[in-house]
Amino acid sequence: MAPTLQSGSYILAGLLFILALAGLSKHETSKRGNVLGCVGMAVALIITVLTTLIGYRSGGVILGGLPAWGVAAVLLPMAAGAVIGILRALKVEMTGMPELIALFHSFVGLAAVLVGWVSFMEGGLDKLHAGELFVGVFIGAVTFTGSIIAFMKLSARMKSAPLALPHHNLINLAALVAFVALTVVFVLKHQGAVGWIMLAAVTIIALALGLHLVAAIGGGDMPVVVSMLNSYSGWAAAAAGFTLNNDLLIITGALVGSSGAYLSYIMCKAMNRSFISVIMGGFGSDGAVVGEAKDYGEHREITAPEVAELLKHASSVIITPGYGMAVAQAQTAVAELTTKLHREHGVKVRFGIHPVAGRLPGHMNVLLAEAKVPYDIVLEMDEINDDFSDTDVVLVIGANDTVNPAALDDPHSPIAGMPVLHVWEAGQVIIFKRSMATGYAGVQNPLFFKENSAMLFGDAKQRVEDIIRAL
Amino acid sequence: MQIGIPRESLAGETRVAATPKSVAQLIKLGYTVAVEKGAGAHASYPDEQYAQAGAEVVDAAAAWGADIVTKINPPTDAEIKLTKAGAILISLIAAPRSPELLDKLAKQGLTVLAMDSVPRISRAQSLDVISSMANIGGYRAVVEAAHEFGSFFTGQVTAAGKVPPARVFVSGAGVAGLSAIGTARALGAIVRATDIRAEVAEQVESMGAEFVAVQAEAQKSADGYAQEASEDYAAAAAKMYAEQVKDADIVITTALIPGKPAPRLLTEEMVASMKPGSVIVDMAAGTGGNVAGSKPDELVVTANGVKIVGYTDLPGRLPTQASQLYATNIVNLMKLLTPEKDGQVVFDWEDVVQRGMAVVTDGEITWPPPKVAVSAAPLTPTPPPPAPPKEEKKPRDPRITYTVAGICAAALLALFWVSPVGLLSHFMVFMLSVVVGYYVIGNVSHSLHTPLMSVTNAISGIIIVGSLVGLTQSQTASGTSIPIVILAVAGILLASINVFGGFTVTQRMLKMFKKG
Repeated sequence: MAPTLQSGSYILAGLLFILALAGLSKHETSKRGNVLGCVGMAVALIITVLTTLIGYRSGGVILGGLPAWGVAAVLLPMAAGAVIGILRALKVEMTGMPELIALFHSFVGLAAVLVGWVSFMEGGLDKLHAGELFVGVFIGAVTFTGSIIAFMKLSARMKSAPLALPHHNLINLAALVAFVALTVVFVLKHQGAVGWIMLAAVTIIALALGLHLVAAIGGGDMPVVVSMLNSYSGWAAAAAGFTLNNDLLIITGALVGSSGAYLSYIMCKAMNRSFISVIMGGFGSDGAVVGEAKDYGEHREITAPEVAELLKHASSVIITPGYGMAVAQAQTAVAELTTKLHREHGVKVRFGIHPVAGRLPGHMNVLLAEAKVPYDIVLEMDEINDDFSDTDVVLVIGANDTVNPAALDDPHSPIAGMPVLHVWEAGQVIIFKRSMATGYAGVQNPLFFKENSAMLFGDAKQRVEDIIRAL
Repeated sequence: MQIGIPRESLAGETRVAATPKSVAQLIKLGYTVAVEKGAGAHASYPDEQYAQAGAEVVDAAAAWGADIVTKINPPTDAEIKLTKAGAILISLIAAPRSPELLDKLAKQGLTVLAMDSVPRISRAQSLDVISSMANIGGYRAVVEAAHEFGSFFTGQVTAAGKVPPARVFVSGAGVAGLSAIGTARALGAIVRATDIRAEVAEQVESMGAEFVAVQAEAQKSADGYAQEASEDYAAAAAKMYAEQVKDADIVITTALIPGKPAPRLLTEEMVASMKPGSVIVDMAAGTGGNVAGSKPDELVVTANGVKIVGYTDLPGRLPTQASQLYATNIVNLMKLLTPEKDGQVVFDWEDVVQRGMAVVTDGEITWPPPKVAVSAAPLTPTPPPPAPPKEEKKPRDPRITYTVAGICAAALLALFWVSPVGLLSHFMVFMLSVVVGYYVIGNVSHSLHTPLMSVTNAISGIIIVGSLVGLTQSQTASGTSIPIVILAVAGILLASINVFGGFTVTQRMLKMFKKG
């Protein structure tokens, strides 16, 4: 193997990764994008594995290469990883996608930590590479534990309410200061026992910081957290690339890092919150109403047969799903309702998706796609917000804060200024809800008390099925 | 008590204050009715019908000598002399413009209820003659305009070619204006309308016309009538009128200010800017005119062929309809004045309607009445609660931005200065990748965010390369380093899960997205 072949394969792989991400910009090209990503990965892996096993030729001498056991050391874990990964990927429910992605992030984080440690153990680091290694281990460790916590919260293995330790911002700050101080020491002296202690210390601090950081963030902010961790896993890979002088790692890490950062930014904008305030955590409580108690008036209840009657005579219907639809696993029933209304009653049904609906960017779109809802009737908030006034019936299924008019009307509301779906402009709004409890932000929703709103209490899936039966 | 219905003496008046039907209703209230011979002739109500309804057909003196005299136009001096002292006169008076008439009526010792002084409150609408007459006037204004206009109102596509609809502009959206809008719409014209009171925009639109607002501070009306406008407003209004009039085939002006000369809305230049054959109906011609060059009761044709209709008797041109509505207004007033239905008038001076109409009471002038405030919109809107100081993000001082950027650039340069060459080329790659990543991701559609995350997840499994490189480094001079091999193998395992799992789950998701 010539070293230029290896570098060339990295350039090719980097290009293919960029094309893969670009392909995802449209539904039409998305599958091709994924295939290009696979090809890029295959090129990079095959060349790297071969180089690892047989070494490379430099000046007529073969350098590197592994003895015969190397084949097993490389291929066995790869095969095992492939089996585990593919099995998980095939088995996962679409509602479980957020936790799977969080779990995958944690692997990248841990792998980055391991790469850092391996490089350290090999020794022979100069000051610059020592610094890069240190940063890589830190980011990797934060990503690892942060993702684990996110995974546990998303899979309900842990309460999703934010953990509010006293002075939690100070704790985070202290961890960062310690990290900077340790970096300085490590760069100056990383040989021998001091180096080991420093590296162990920063790993522990970073692990603890990751735990605490994500534990302090509530369930509804998860779209931001997951994309943030996505970004971190990228930066960790990039830092490893600097340490190893490997451009492919740098390119890929930077791509993933900036993509995650951009997603976080979109999510923050959709909630009208700054990234800092999300990271600071502590937002939202479960059930308690924030702010003074206010008399919003009476809400009205409606029954499934009545809703069916309304839908039958409507000409245009918009469904705005939220996390509640995922929890109730109602997407298939909703899809069936959509088809039935469209085919048998000629009703125009569309979906309006708020950017932060669900626990993952684009979560609702995946769920609806799984239920075979065609993607061209699933519209973004900006595309559909002007159409609510011409709509006869809106079904709000498991959404709350994303349809809260207080975000626009009430400057004192905790969610003031957050862009929301203007469902109340429609002729009639039906809200599927289990009870009158507040949403993630703990804010009461004046929508429920509007004259054109009616509540349909109960499990969303069952209620939708009741409506289908009554149609 | 006896109610007298004299014949209207005013030249050209065609209406009458009672119809056979209203006579029957008055008799039901307990009154006797005396109708002057020939009173309803012009309105197509012959004397026989009144007689059949139960009225006595009498001469002028007898009709004027009744206890209550109801008529339309203000009485002449000679007619006043015919009334008996203490009688009640019900008619239009134009009280603000006719102080002498009030004097004479008071001298005669009458009680006078002015039908044109009904306060504008909802309860009094059933006796509001101004509204009922304005309604007829607005209708007739359009009919007169259509009569003078040389084309269709409605647009048509005929075998002989396409006819565009007439464009009608109505100024003043009071009762007359709204009626004109409705009529012009019914004939198929495109109608625009304006009013000094912005609060009526909704009413205009409900009639099917487009409201044209004056781009200046609008006026709120306290008593339901329009008032005179401020100078700023007038300038803005003049500009708007100039634009609208030029564009219109028919202009109908209805602007009246009670007790004052009508406002001049259309100047000579505006009239001159109109197409030949265009028609203007100036419903205010009798009180000074809204349009330059309009003459009361005349049809004026300007030098450029624009016809200006200045008829002041528009309601009278529908005599039967106008009489019927006026008579009904009178009946409604009598119902109010006859609570016992026993033919006896009982005044209630606490009632703002009765008090407002009574311009002369038992020989004393009682005009103007105390003010009654009514309006569609409250006169002084409650000021909105002081909004919390808006936390608008102040645009940052650009100097700060530039300074910070400058410092960062300098720091980076300093760092690069001391960096080894190899790092810089890596850094170049890094920086470009970040920028490329940002722009590529910026194009990704929202609905594909989840697949995007899983695909970035898969490619960040490229960290496996790091572990593979690490594995080669396990071969040290002192043999194979087992800890390194273990860590590297663990890294390979973890990253492989990512690579294979990530791409598989992405493919699975993308396959689900189907177009409808």
